[in-house]
Amino acid sequence: MNSKRYIRQTILKEFGPEAQKKLVKARVLVVGAGGLGLPVLQYLNAMGVGTLGIVEQDIVDISNLQRQVLFDENDVGRAKLAACLEKLEAQNTDTLLIGHDTFLVRDNALKIISDYDIVIDATDNFPTRYLINDACVILNKPFVYGALHGFEAQISVFNYKGGPTYRCLYPTVPSEDEIPNCSEHGVLGVVPGIVGNLQALEAIKIISDIGEVLTGVLLLYNGLNNSFIKVNFPLVPENLNIGVLQENYETPSCHFGLQISAEEFGELLASKENLQIIDVRTIEEYNLQHVEDARNIPLIELKNRLSEINHNAEVYLLCQSGKRSQTAQLLLQEALPNCITYNVIGGMDQYSHIYS
Amino acid sequence: MTILLFGITKDIVGSSSISLPISSANKLKTVKELKNYLGNTYPGLNKLSSMAVAVNNAYAKDSVKIDNFDEIALIPPVSGG
Repeated sequence: MNSKRYIRQTILKEFGPEAQKKLVKARVLVVGAGGLGLPVLQYLNAMGVGTLGIVEQDIVDISNLQRQVLFDENDVGRAKLAACLEKLEAQNTDTLLIGHDTFLVRDNALKIISDYDIVIDATDNFPTRYLINDACVILNKPFVYGALHGFEAQISVFNYKGGPTYRCLYPTVPSEDEIPNCSEHGVLGVVPGIVGNLQALEAIKIISDIGEVLTGVLLLYNGLNNSFIKVNFPLVPENLNIGVLQENYETPSCHFGLQISAEEFGELLASKENLQIIDVRTIEEYNLQHVEDARNIPLIELKNRLSEINHNAEVYLLCQSGKRSQTAQLLLQEALPNCITYNVIGGMDQYSHIYS
Repeated sequence: MTILLFGITKDIVGSSSISLPISSANKLKTVKELKNYLGNTYPGLNKLSSMAVAVNNAYAKDSVKIDNFDEIALIPPVSGG
């Protein structure tokens, strides 16, 4: 290592040559080489982190260039992994760069992550984020989280020295239709650059043991007024008790339970008494119109009112269109795994359409 | 009571914050009551199965007590990268 190369940071008295040696020994995995991952990679590579792993299987698209500034017009159509490895290699030949030409999935996550000290979550979707969380808890690795919504972002460090995890903030995977991603919602080019840089800084602090790591703190950034707000959150100890990965990390809307059409449901209502029907709409919607015998437990309250459900009888879940009831079904599948649940497809809309 | 909105909650409500008049805020004793009140006023919020609430910059469970002087934040998960 040419000591002059890093002189500007090694002369910092809080950092120094000792911290630089820690960087050289560090092994960091970056999951996703996009808007967040690329600035992380560029800085960690420039600053002298010894080993950088990259998990990516996407192709450079022209619409990526406004924020993924490591790429240029000649890269459009190339594999992101090959393109960024080439540029990072030219930036710092001392770094051991390891490309993982795949997406992170349930069957490769533990194997890939086990070779690294720190994981950077630079993904753009919830299934992979929960997979990273659970794999890091199982393997006892910290991970540096960053995610965006338009001009806003969240940054934190999870599972650091027994600290809280992503599930302590958000216990369950949101369904696909709840939260839009960047493709749907849009992102201003510079914002992921700012957030990726903050993630790189957290990684450097973890490795070199300087400053205060953002553990137990969610940093909320708003680019429109350049404000930072810190929210403290505690560990929920059972979130550290993950022994194995889940069978499936797909979002709820990709993974259905038992279903029944509104028509069949109507026939069943007419022929059978004492069906256990839970209407998960709001009180107002319920009061406006509901099926006879349906009990109202709004979706938002369901988690706390599980005791009102008879586990030994089948549960028919009903909402306006069939979407909230699907989320409710997933919640019940997790909370009451032995309880048999049916989602009424099309909900009250379909039911009233047929039976009005 | 001031409620700061983040992520999708800002889009659902159509504003970056909500100021609750004292007459409404005084009736809300816990985070859960506030959530129910907001869910009724802005039904779009009910579709969020996983939303964090902070009271005075600290993560708050449903049972946490609130009063009119608290600053609340609704912090849904965000996914973009």
